Amino acid sequence: MEKKLIEISVNGERHEVAVKANDTLLEVLRDRLGLMGTKEGCSVGECGACTVLSNGNPILSCITMAMDAADSEIMTIEGMSDGDALDPLQEAFIEHGAVQCGFCTPGMLLTAKELVERENRPTTKQIKEAISGNFCRCTGYVKIIEAIQAVRK
Amino acid sequence: MSKNEYSVIGKRLPRVDAKDKVEGKALYSGDLSLPGMLCGMILRSPFPHAKLIRINTEKALRLPGVKAIVTGEDTPKVKYGVISRSPKYMDEYPLAVDKVRFIGDEVAAVAAIDPDAALEALELIEVEYEELPAIFSIEEAQEPGAPRIHDHAPTNISREFHIKTGDVEKGFLQSDLVREDTFKTQSSIHAYMEPQAALASWDHNGKLTLQTKTQTPYYVQQHLALTLGMSPDRIRVIKPFVGGGFGANSDGMHSHDFCAALLSKKAGRPVKIVCSRDEEFTAARRKHPVTLTMKTGVRKDGTIMARKCEAILNGGAYCSLGPLTTVLVGTFQTLPYGFSNYQYDGYRYYTNKPPCGAMRGHGGPQCHFAQDVQMDMIAEELGMDLMEIALKNGLQTGDRSAAGFKIVSSGFHECVKTASEKGRFREKKQAKKNNGKTAYGIGMGCGGFPSGAGFYFNKTTSAHSSVVIKADEYGGVSLFTGASDIGQGSDSVITQIVAEVLGLPMEDINLTSADTMLTPPDMGTYSSRVTVAAGNAALKAANGVKKEIFKVVSEELDARMGDLVTHNRKIFVKGSPEIFISFADAINLYQIKNNGSPLLVKGSYNSPDKMSPTYSFGVYVCEVEVDLRTGEVHVLKMTVGHDCGRPLNPMSVEGQIEGCIQMGMGYALSEDLIFEKGQTINPSFLGYKAPIANQMPIIDIHHIITEDPAGPFGAKETGEGSIDPTAPSIVNAIYDAIGIRFKELPVTPEKILRALRKKKRGYGKKTD
Repeated sequence: MEKKLIEISVNGERHEVAVKANDTLLEVLRDRLGLMGTKEGCSVGECGACTVLSNGNPILSCITMAMDAADSEIMTIEGMSDGDALDPLQEAFIEHGAVQCGFCTPGMLLTAKELVERENRPTTKQIKEAISGNFCRCTGYVKIIEAIQAVRK
Repeated sequence: MSKNEYSVIGKRLPRVDAKDKVEGKALYSGDLSLPGMLCGMILRSPFPHAKLIRINTEKALRLPGVKAIVTGEDTPKVKYGVISRSPKYMDEYPLAVDKVRFIGDEVAAVAAIDPDAALEALELIEVEYEELPAIFSIEEAQEPGAPRIHDHAPTNISREFHIKTGDVEKGFLQSDLVREDTFKTQSSIHAYMEPQAALASWDHNGKLTLQTKTQTPYYVQQHLALTLGMSPDRIRVIKPFVGGGFGANSDGMHSHDFCAALLSKKAGRPVKIVCSRDEEFTAARRKHPVTLTMKTGVRKDGTIMARKCEAILNGGAYCSLGPLTTVLVGTFQTLPYGFSNYQYDGYRYYTNKPPCGAMRGHGGPQCHFAQDVQMDMIAEELGMDLMEIALKNGLQTGDRSAAGFKIVSSGFHECVKTASEKGRFREKKQAKKNNGKTAYGIGMGCGGFPSGAGFYFNKTTSAHSSVVIKADEYGGVSLFTGASDIGQGSDSVITQIVAEVLGLPMEDINLTSADTMLTPPDMGTYSSRVTVAAGNAALKAANGVKKEIFKVVSEELDARMGDLVTHNRKIFVKGSPEIFISFADAINLYQIKNNGSPLLVKGSYNSPDKMSPTYSFGVYVCEVEVDLRTGEVHVLKMTVGHDCGRPLNPMSVEGQIEGCIQMGMGYALSEDLIFEKGQTINPSFLGYKAPIANQMPIIDIHHIITEDPAGPFGAKETGEGSIDPTAPSIVNAIYDAIGIRFKELPVTPEKILRALRKKKRGYGKKTD
């Protein structure tokens, strides 16, 4: 299949990548750029594990074509902390026991990041709504919700 | 040391791996790669039952980029099965030989340079099948002359198990009330987040390394050796980070492990296989659907006099862990209530469906759903409630259950009282129920669970768990355990135990776990055994290190060993912390006195009881609101009384309970794998309907601390037993709300609406 050279900006770094029309953003992030923090749970946009931010908005990288991600600013979990300084949400997830197996964690954190930046003080209902597209099978979501609540205050 | 003086035990501490996980640095099997690595994929049977006539791989092999293909013909054709103590439970080929037995059975595997080539190659493999009549239901499997799925099982029974203790018939005669009900549970599945994956590579000496998603690396090693026809000591199995297991990976090797290994050998390059979500829902292990006919006799005062139960398990095409499930459905229902007359008859049938194995609770969710829905019915008939029945019959410390479980410590009665009181069970049961649009209800569910099995599935002379500690001269401690952290947090708990004993901060402990070459053997993560078994092994090893250190320090400080304490990296005489020797100096002292020999100590643990060392208990009070127009059930609140001995990390224990409630809710209300002629027709997260965040109730957990004598620092299990009370508490609450008993899971909105309409028309039975 024919490839096209695109420019993609991830965590503030620009990359030139040759992609096929059917390459997903997730494949580019993981297989080309080696950013393994973005997880693939279902490949069909159902579980939310592959969530990344595109211009600050959560998108499902497993059903986003790489070509469509050109020209947007992508943030993956690797770009969430500032060097050694973790994002307050990352700190809260650790402190509140919101992480068990950790496979949903990167996507969950990025979804939560957009929420707290948008709403500043989201209600519990808003938190639950926001993360309802991010499936977690370990935690029952309780401590994830608590962690996000801790950051809004 | 009194319990209040612990430095890390009992504290709400972050997990040791949480930082890696929030930064996206934790690498799972599917994230790994090696130079030259190929992509492996598996060709699966499209038929539920068929003879394998021939496989032609020529076209596929000619495809550019395809490096190796394997079929059953390339294998030594050795059957395996996790319960390898009994050859009849070893009924599965890693790649089909002669026959396929379910849609999804593994037929061939291909390794190619990329996924596109591998996928195309799968389509080019020509397989000739001869379809055989297939059986899917228990009724079909039982029919005289039914197609035989395995030659060794003429009646399609893969396992039967019986318990007979006391005299049930006499017990029923002595009863004032006898109820018999039939309950049915559905096909459900773990639905862990991380799809299964394995990466295989061989070195020049013919040694195999497999990094795989597993809960039981030592079984994987053994099964790989058996099926590849090589010695286990030439195989190294490593468990990377695991994204949830819940029992799916507790039965050792899976076909993709084998295929990755064999493809890699053939291609001479590393091969990684990552299962798709579709494969997970279609072909991976799942929970047994069970039909339970339960008969229970009670006296007027609620005392259980006798129980008779027949359980029929639809086991699917192979044994997996099912022979044990057949046993556990019978033994687990003797918790948490005591009765002396008991008869259990369990039968597991082969069918042409995907094989069923262990899933969180392993037989417990099925029988506890039946037990507590029936006990709630009995309570009502006696003019009581389940709280009273539970208090009357609950097992106490020193009791023995009808199946022989020895109760070493029981906080069950406290659990009942606390959950009832905090959840205002009786008060709310009297409250107004129905406003025409919604109906409110409250219900209870009770459970008890072993803290680990007391036996291996294979023949081995290894201890159940072992831990090795190497104390380093710079003051750090290297800790090696065979226990597998699959997300439940065992790495953290084991680290915590060693840190507590040695008086070190947790960051001084460097843990290596679940690597068959480096770590000592361990049964693995199943039967909720890790905290007690590996925890006790760690405790012994750490105490051994402490003893050696105290020996040299006591000479140096001219103090009695018994007067020494270790705290905050310092060893000193109790009461005089100003005169101390640092932990690092103490290690150096030890080395000087021992010709430089490193301080290396091991600790092992075997369950003192063949069944289990000890048992946990839990009682849930559940509040629901049923939408009378849509039939939807909103679980509003769960009030939990839980006895896990001493919670070593309450935050982690709560996390297990909360996760169990989520999974138990799905089990009660929505999760169901639906089949049409053996084909899973809802193989996706959305189709399967596991609960999402905005469906979760308020969860109010109360720890009942019992200080168990068998557990490390008094701890018992939490990870599995906590699912058991969930479904019955929800189903009993639904009854309280709308007056309809459901004996079949899941209780979907459709079933509720149907039952409500029937009830309204007035001719419905009280049950659906």
